[in-house]
Amino acid sequence: MARYFVIRIGRAMITIALVVTFAFVVLRLSGDPALIIMGPEAPPEVIAAFRKAWGLDDPIWMQYFDYFGAIAKGELGRSMRDGRPAITLVLERIPATLTLTIPALLLKLAIGIPGGIFAALHRNSLIDRAVMIGAVAGFTVPSFVLGLVLVLIFAVQLGWLPSGGQETWRHAILPIVTLGIGGAAVLARFTRSAMLEVLGQPYIRTASAKGVSWRAVVLSHALPNAAIPTVTIVGFMVGTLIAGAVVVESVFSWPGVGRLLVVAVANRDLAVVQCILLLVAATMVTSNLVVDFLYGFLDPRLRNREAAGAH
Amino acid sequence: MQPLVSLDGLTVAFNGIKVLDGISLSVGRGEAVGLVGESGSGKSVTWLAALGLLPKTAAVSGSVKLEGTEILGASPSTMDRVRGGRVAMIFQDPASALNPVLTIRRQVGESLALHRGLSGAAIHAEARRLLDLVGIPDAERRLSAYPHEFSGGQNQRIMIAMALAGNPDLLIADEPTTALDATIQAQILELIRRVRRETGMAIVLISHDLGVVAENCDRVAVMYAGSVVEEAPSVELFDDPLHPYAHGLIGSLPPIDGPRRRLTAIAGTVPDPKAMPRGCAFAPRCVHAAALCGTKPPRLRAVGENRRVACVIDRRARATDIIGQAAE
Repeated sequence: MARYFVIRIGRAMITIALVVTFAFVVLRLSGDPALIIMGPEAPPEVIAAFRKAWGLDDPIWMQYFDYFGAIAKGELGRSMRDGRPAITLVLERIPATLTLTIPALLLKLAIGIPGGIFAALHRNSLIDRAVMIGAVAGFTVPSFVLGLVLVLIFAVQLGWLPSGGQETWRHAILPIVTLGIGGAAVLARFTRSAMLEVLGQPYIRTASAKGVSWRAVVLSHALPNAAIPTVTIVGFMVGTLIAGAVVVESVFSWPGVGRLLVVAVANRDLAVVQCILLLVAATMVTSNLVVDFLYGFLDPRLRNREAAGAH
Repeated sequence: MQPLVSLDGLTVAFNGIKVLDGISLSVGRGEAVGLVGESGSGKSVTWLAALGLLPKTAAVSGSVKLEGTEILGASPSTMDRVRGGRVAMIFQDPASALNPVLTIRRQVGESLALHRGLSGAAIHAEARRLLDLVGIPDAERRLSAYPHEFSGGQNQRIMIAMALAGNPDLLIADEPTTALDATIQAQILELIRRVRRETGMAIVLISHDLGVVAENCDRVAVMYAGSVVEEAPSVELFDDPLHPYAHGLIGSLPPIDGPRRRLTAIAGTVPDPKAMPRGCAFAPRCVHAAALCGTKPPRLRAVGENRRVACVIDRRARATDIIGQAAE
């Protein structure tokens, strides 16, 4: 078992390193931070001094090794715009983002899972069709469109809620709902198909044949099996907690990590972008890792394979 | 004497297509009844329908009586007490018939809690006794194992233990050995016979294997295309099948002794439920078919004391029966 953990964690580290490398290369090939931050009219000697100060005049492979060397020492670099440590800038923004993404995740779970289960149990009924039409609409409409529509209705027309900003809890409602609806739709469809698959299995008929009430068949025989595929998608959602609100934060002018990322990319503020990507990759990889271990917990068949593989 | 379970005119249709057409069959206390016929003849559907286990899209009509009480369309709570408590059922593929994420203790214990009102340590002790009874070695430890940790034969033993947990009066065994290899098949059948001897419960053995049915059942009903075409004591059926279909089935078995002979096959295929012949469903394949057979389906009628057959042209039928049916 310990070996299994070590292999998984090793693989996770490699994934993170690849993400960081990719970001490093793409950002350096796609624009010059000196020109963007100092402005195209800056005198050449200012640009040269800026490049020298940030090590941008070194060959790219040297910059790359310097960067990895710094990460190994726990230094994630400084913002080229204001010189503050990138990690500080990012950490400052995290609470604002989580203020949106955690309630949105809860909303997704609270609507998506019961909705999917309900639709599966009433397959082909009117309610099932309604839930599924809602779900298709929910995940085909992009979040910026949904966000703007909600603003139009609740902020502009009805005037119930503010259209953007972060001053009060009421400002958080529309972005949370925008994030939540799309995710709930995805989750509902996923849960429904997982439930339908499970309800068609012979062991469900066995449970009914031994006199288990339908309610108990659903709760104690079907749900534990349907949870296995559903956990995958929930894990993915947990992985997007930090950077999953880029678009919505922009629409609602919410000062979170997502907006910081947009601004930092536009400015080619390399250290900040890399710091965010590192964090995003780490959260994603961690949640995948947790999902993998949850599989073992939920499905005894996998548990044994892992144990067998570890010997 | 009142039969334990009696089906009368049990009919099942899916989307308006009849797959079961007026099944009438009874099972006495402690009796072993075989149900034979090829796949799709309605053997399993008969009992799934009787126990209310078909999906809601199935239209079920007719009558199912348990000791004289109608249970077809009974309330869900009544049916939950009948299922497992009075009539238990085991299925063809034991590996997929057990829940993969629940321990054996949990699955056997569930029946004990539901039908015997046991809890806690009593469940554990009784589940252990049942596993011992069905021949699972090291029962104490194996209670906390999951279905995938057992072989197919062991899983079927566990299914039997689960069925026994409710002390049922009738066990429906739906092709219990079809998915198992020959030696395991013999062991499972031996277990079923032993359990029957010890508990005195009745059994309905659904199988396409005539040998299995002949060995284990007192009485056999032969099904064809959603109807019972012949019903007889096992010995009589195998010695002297009356219905041409039953005759064909038995003719296709190799004899264990005597000179080797060419095995006969029944020509043609089972009719599509969507396009059933107007008369006897077997007529298009029947070597004895006469003009009369194409007009209306033959009714199951008594022949002698304890046999019934749904054919107008059998050798024992009196001329008056044929004329009588033709006149109707």
